[in-house]
Amino acid sequence: MYQDELLAKIEEAGLVGRGGAAFPVHLKWQRIKSLKNPKKYVVCNASEGEIGVEKDLYILKNYPEEVIRGLLLAMDFLGTKEAYINFNKDYYQATKNKIDPLLDLCRKKGYLVSIFQEEPSYIGGETGALLNAIEGKKTQPRPESPSPSLKGIFGYPVLLHNVETLYDIARVSMGTFKATRFSTILGVRNEGVYQFGIKQKVADILRETNNYPEFPFFVQVGGGASGEILTSDQAEQAVVGGCGSIEIYKTSTSSKQFLDKIFNFYAKESCGKCTPCRDGSWQLQQMLAEIEEGSEITWQKIAPIIKVMEKSSYCGLGKSIALPVKSYAKNILGIEI
Amino acid sequence: MPNTITVYIDGQAYQAEEGQSILQVAMSNQLDIPHLCYHEDLPIEANCRLCLVESEGKITTSCTLKASEGMKVSTKNEELVEMRQENLRLLLASHVKNCPKCQKKQPCPAFGLMQKYGVTSEEYQRKMLDLAVHKMGSAAEFDPNLCVKCGRCVNICAEIGINFLKIEGKGADAHLTYNQNPKVDCIYCGQCTVHCPVNAIREQSHLEQVEAALLDKDKILIAQMAPSVRTSIGEEFGQEVGLNMEKKMFTALRQLGFEKIFDVNTGADITTMIEAKDLSNRLKKRDAGEATALPMFTSCCPGWVKFLEFYYPDFIDHLTTARSPQIHSGAAYKTWWADKAGVDPSKIVVVSIMPCTSKKYEAEMEKFNFEHKGHKLKPVDFVLTTREMATLLKKNQIDLPSLEESEADTEGEYSGAAAIYGASGGVMESALRTATHILTGEEMPNLELEEVRGMKGIKRATIKIGDKEIKVAVVATARNARNVLEEIKRNKEAYDYVEFMACPGGCIGGGGQPLTSTNAIIKKRIAGLYSIDAKKNRRRAHENKVVREFFSYLTDKPLLAEKILYTSYSAKNKFE
Repeated sequence: MYQDELLAKIEEAGLVGRGGAAFPVHLKWQRIKSLKNPKKYVVCNASEGEIGVEKDLYILKNYPEEVIRGLLLAMDFLGTKEAYINFNKDYYQATKNKIDPLLDLCRKKGYLVSIFQEEPSYIGGETGALLNAIEGKKTQPRPESPSPSLKGIFGYPVLLHNVETLYDIARVSMGTFKATRFSTILGVRNEGVYQFGIKQKVADILRETNNYPEFPFFVQVGGGASGEILTSDQAEQAVVGGCGSIEIYKTSTSSKQFLDKIFNFYAKESCGKCTPCRDGSWQLQQMLAEIEEGSEITWQKIAPIIKVMEKSSYCGLGKSIALPVKSYAKNILGIEI
Repeated sequence: MPNTITVYIDGQAYQAEEGQSILQVAMSNQLDIPHLCYHEDLPIEANCRLCLVESEGKITTSCTLKASEGMKVSTKNEELVEMRQENLRLLLASHVKNCPKCQKKQPCPAFGLMQKYGVTSEEYQRKMLDLAVHKMGSAAEFDPNLCVKCGRCVNICAEIGINFLKIEGKGADAHLTYNQNPKVDCIYCGQCTVHCPVNAIREQSHLEQVEAALLDKDKILIAQMAPSVRTSIGEEFGQEVGLNMEKKMFTALRQLGFEKIFDVNTGADITTMIEAKDLSNRLKKRDAGEATALPMFTSCCPGWVKFLEFYYPDFIDHLTTARSPQIHSGAAYKTWWADKAGVDPSKIVVVSIMPCTSKKYEAEMEKFNFEHKGHKLKPVDFVLTTREMATLLKKNQIDLPSLEESEADTEGEYSGAAAIYGASGGVMESALRTATHILTGEEMPNLELEEVRGMKGIKRATIKIGDKEIKVAVVATARNARNVLEEIKRNKEAYDYVEFMACPGGCIGGGGQPLTSTNAIIKKRIAGLYSIDAKKNRRRAHENKVVREFFSYLTDKPLLAEKILYTSYSAKNKFE
């Protein structure tokens, strides 16, 4: 297929990045193609770090040919022969029997696809951090400018795609693309990764997969840590945004239980670079540890830290704590923080 | 020339250069935006999150926000102030109770910020890590439990060319530590201490010992101030940068209770004499076809010497055998002056005031100790940094700028050549002035060797001494030293004489200097030093009468002379 034709099809299909930011794929392609640099790289991010999100692993296990095909298409489009896969170390171990032979084939065709095995972490999936890691630097985020499309690794532009995006690209090229996405569904009878239409409502997905709870529940959509908290009523209208996950909680889950999960995740995953995320997440964890089960949550102490993390963290990781905490407080407890 | 643009900060128009950050624009217009991790000479880390401003409804850090034409920025709305406070509370949690300076009510940079923003450091408890204070030799130390992970020390250590310091760990476990590589060691330059905004990395303090000595009626206290201190200590008292505070410092030292006010500059003239002689001898030997280690290297910077002894021990024969100024003069006081004044040398306490932390390490070196009149003596007893001296003055309510001027005691005489020791290139210039005299019997016609002056990291020149052409290089920082040493490995005849300093700009940019240090400020301090030289009647070390008197005292004491004028070097291990 000619490259212009593929680009037109990608645009027509309305393909957006599946790493979470949902940036239109064709725009990213055009922007990097227009750069005159002598060298460019394609990087596949296979390092989802959110709690309970395993859709990339699922795709790698079930559709490795598509992922590698998408990668080669992207390389051809840019006219480059070099690519990296930023691989969650455990994912690589689980899929290498399928991935390695495919990469050998690529090599025979003259494509050099290198595997970078990453210690599983949330920050390791952050764009700047993963590029730093590939360069052998500290796994910490980068300044917003210059963007990775201009200076990605070793000073050259990088076209960065999530596993699922590459899968979608391959599907477009094969003429089998459907506007779907993958999500992990947790806290239900039949936990697992499912594929469904992008416009399908959360509650409908639960019904169709025979997972709709028989107990009163609330749900977290778009990441087991950073996803938004919705009531079962709100789930009737909501679609999956952010990264692909739907997690069900019993309404009987206490505030302490819920916040413990969130705060522990952020305290553990903060890379330690900036003040609000590094020290704020630890303070939150401490505060909650001091609250006994059943006691009042000290929102007046928690709120200023959530705010400063949301408004002044260096990268998206720290900022993202606000959505689950605020939506939980508002939708489930009826309080604005 | 960059384009000039207009930006609006809190409604007021300011001229800015394209490419400048809003923080830079604010700072150059004396607008106050708090910041801890930003330093104008270092890479932008943007991790303290204190310099927040609002632009187009978005809160962002002003250190990363590039000024653009017509940009409107707000620096003081309520939300911003609240968030800066919150970040400051998080960052400085438990600071006061862990900070030795705050505990002693001494000025600590972080304390100023806390006062300004109404933060006590007790709002939150800090996660205390099970990490001890790490001592860098006897020069400096760092406390990981005070560190705010701003990265300034790590960046300056890399900039100097050492990469000893690093931050390890994730989240609240992120902590300052050092490079475990056995081939990497600290050279005690103390640049980390002058770049730490929260006193987590600091000099190993000698303040308490000096205060105790000042109260000891049985001791004779001698103060000697390094060349660089006089044009930098004023900054601690809000004086114009580069202003020479020498004569007020002499008064201040007397007020503190020092009995004799001498000067490291006198020591610098002694060093120049020995070093120029060493250079002349080596050049003559080479001319006579005898084996000798050339190029000769200066040895007055203990950071540099440690660097060479650790990283390039094969080169140690190239170091001049001259001791350094404070060690020369310290021993002179305890021998020549003590005999002359009829005092017991073991009662003398020599306190150096230095722009440097490695001078603390140097003062402790066993190899400099000597015997005189049956006493085992060390040339220098204590070393205070410029910062420590300022602290001592403030503690004693001595307002330096308002003092009367006075002179040093007679034995504190010095030449213009000594004054410029503080600037990178100064040691070389001083030595060449005297070497010319030794080699030709004539005086150097042009005393200003412009090619070896200034802030450039490597300066090269060819200097005429009589009919000889001497190839010289002047090098500042370990990074540049490495380059020049590698060059010398490739071409053994590249140079005849090389001056090396660990710090940018030389001692004047030293690790013991006021925290106000930046390259721009160091330049102004340097100008101050050269103007002292230019105004001196005697501008050559060999014209110093006190030094001549000291040497004539030594003429019939060759063993003592050998012991207190010269030194030797040895390969060093990590942490040695």
